[in-house]
Amino acid sequence: MSEVEALIGKPWRKLPFIKRPWLRRTFILGFIVYLIAAYMTIDVNWYRVYEGLERGKKFVLAFTNPDFTTRSSDIYEGMVESIVMTIAASVVGIAISIPIALGAARNIAPLPVYLICRSVIAVSRALQEIIVAILLVAIFGFGPLAGFLTLSFATIGFLSKLLAEDIESMDKVQAEAIKASGAKWAQWINYGVQPQVMPRLIGLSIYRIDINFRESAILGLVGAGGIGATLNTAFDRYEYDTAAAILLIIIVIVMALEYLSGVIRARVQ
Amino acid sequence: MPTQNFKGQKIWQRRTGRESLGHWIMWLIGIAIFGYCWQQISAVTTWFFVWDAPRIADDIWTRATPPRWGYITQLGEPIWDTLNMASLGTILALILAVPVAFLAARNTTPSLLFIRPVALLIIVSTRSINSLIWALLLIAIIGPGVFAGVIAIAIRSIGFCAKLLYEAIEEIDQTQVEAITATGASRWQVMAYGIVPQILPAFAGIAVFRWDINIRESTVLGLVGAGGIGLQLSSSLNVLAWPQVSLILLVILAAVVISEWVSAKVRGAII
Repeated sequence: MSEVEALIGKPWRKLPFIKRPWLRRTFILGFIVYLIAAYMTIDVNWYRVYEGLERGKKFVLAFTNPDFTTRSSDIYEGMVESIVMTIAASVVGIAISIPIALGAARNIAPLPVYLICRSVIAVSRALQEIIVAILLVAIFGFGPLAGFLTLSFATIGFLSKLLAEDIESMDKVQAEAIKASGAKWAQWINYGVQPQVMPRLIGLSIYRIDINFRESAILGLVGAGGIGATLNTAFDRYEYDTAAAILLIIIVIVMALEYLSGVIRARVQ
Repeated sequence: MPTQNFKGQKIWQRRTGRESLGHWIMWLIGIAIFGYCWQQISAVTTWFFVWDAPRIADDIWTRATPPRWGYITQLGEPIWDTLNMASLGTILALILAVPVAFLAARNTTPSLLFIRPVALLIIVSTRSINSLIWALLLIAIIGPGVFAGVIAIAIRSIGFCAKLLYEAIEEIDQTQVEAITATGASRWQVMAYGIVPQILPAFAGIAVFRWDINIRESTVLGLVGAGGIGLQLSSSLNVLAWPQVSLILLVILAAVVISEWVSAKVRGAII
């Protein structure tokens, strides 16, 4: 101990994030061991990466000079198909997920209904879009119908779960007041529950439309329709300028949707 | 209060006449758009295949059950690769997301007019493109393999992590920052002692949350050639080995459930 420390005491130190020292050390040690193990098993062909940098540069440059015209009809058709799939799947998905959300809210539904609806949600959330799309393409054949069904199915899991949580946390007093006035079940839902969850429902729906559009861009990779097939072809043929054009269109549409959803959510809340 | 005259009696109504007309028109337009979209889809659908679908589904089901359990011995390495893609991708993304988040947050950005829009552009463009597309692109550039998957996951996650992180930075308690500033701390000291401790819990939560999502995404990255269990799935699908496909799907399902459980536990412990 130095002289200064003896005089004024130990200087203040920042508190660590994990307070128990043994837990902190195990975490750090385990992390380092994992990193080393992971690095050892990934064999990176650095020469191949170095070679690829040239192509990477070409791709980045393609963004400054995207080619919208050469494949304009393919891009247009793919985009329209993506948008059509998105809209149709969002409408159907939202329409199905509302009754399921009602069933999955413990304060509204009886236990058997609750369990059934919760398991539907669990199945829909556990399976990823692309895997569902592969199975549905095998069953229904190539084309946007498989994509439409995939997106509808995925929408159900997402929207029902979040909506059910909102219904469960609603204000009980308003719902009881409606019930006390002698309302039937449907009236009770319509006047007691629905006005409370409507802002959240609208916000979630628009958010989901946004997600559905983004997902519809990849469904084409497995043959389920949309812009993904065109994009895949463009990459395969090293037509980076066309690929850049498609990616730019996707980014612009997603940005527009995000902006729109911000405006609408600000208005309804 | 909107009312309606009914035989001289006033009856309560939820909406005024104008409001209900507006609603009616909105519904009409909405249904017309949906009808048009449905027509577009059904025009390019081969309905014969759709009517045949139950038989096909039944056929696939009988082929896929029971799963080929012995195949699981060959899945160890792909699972390890998948885990690596998700974890290393998340770590890389977090390293890149932190500076972007600080540049994008209103209260820490050096320049509202020039740097903040650039940071927001990075966030939006990386977020709006799916990791499968990034993987496709990176495979064309640096060749197939796990490394392309790691980079794809990392790029895709930057936007997500940076967005959540900069929102957390904007919501911090400004009084603590002022207190540190009042002691005469430099810009970096303010950051380390005033801002970072406030956002650390949010940061840990975001990291685990994104790791969970990345496990899901990396299971399918192999479909385009980026390594991991998706590669086995794609090769099994190509040779129509349905018993292997069903086993792989079960393994993916288990991985997703476990990662979700871990992430929920860790987030519960932090918050």
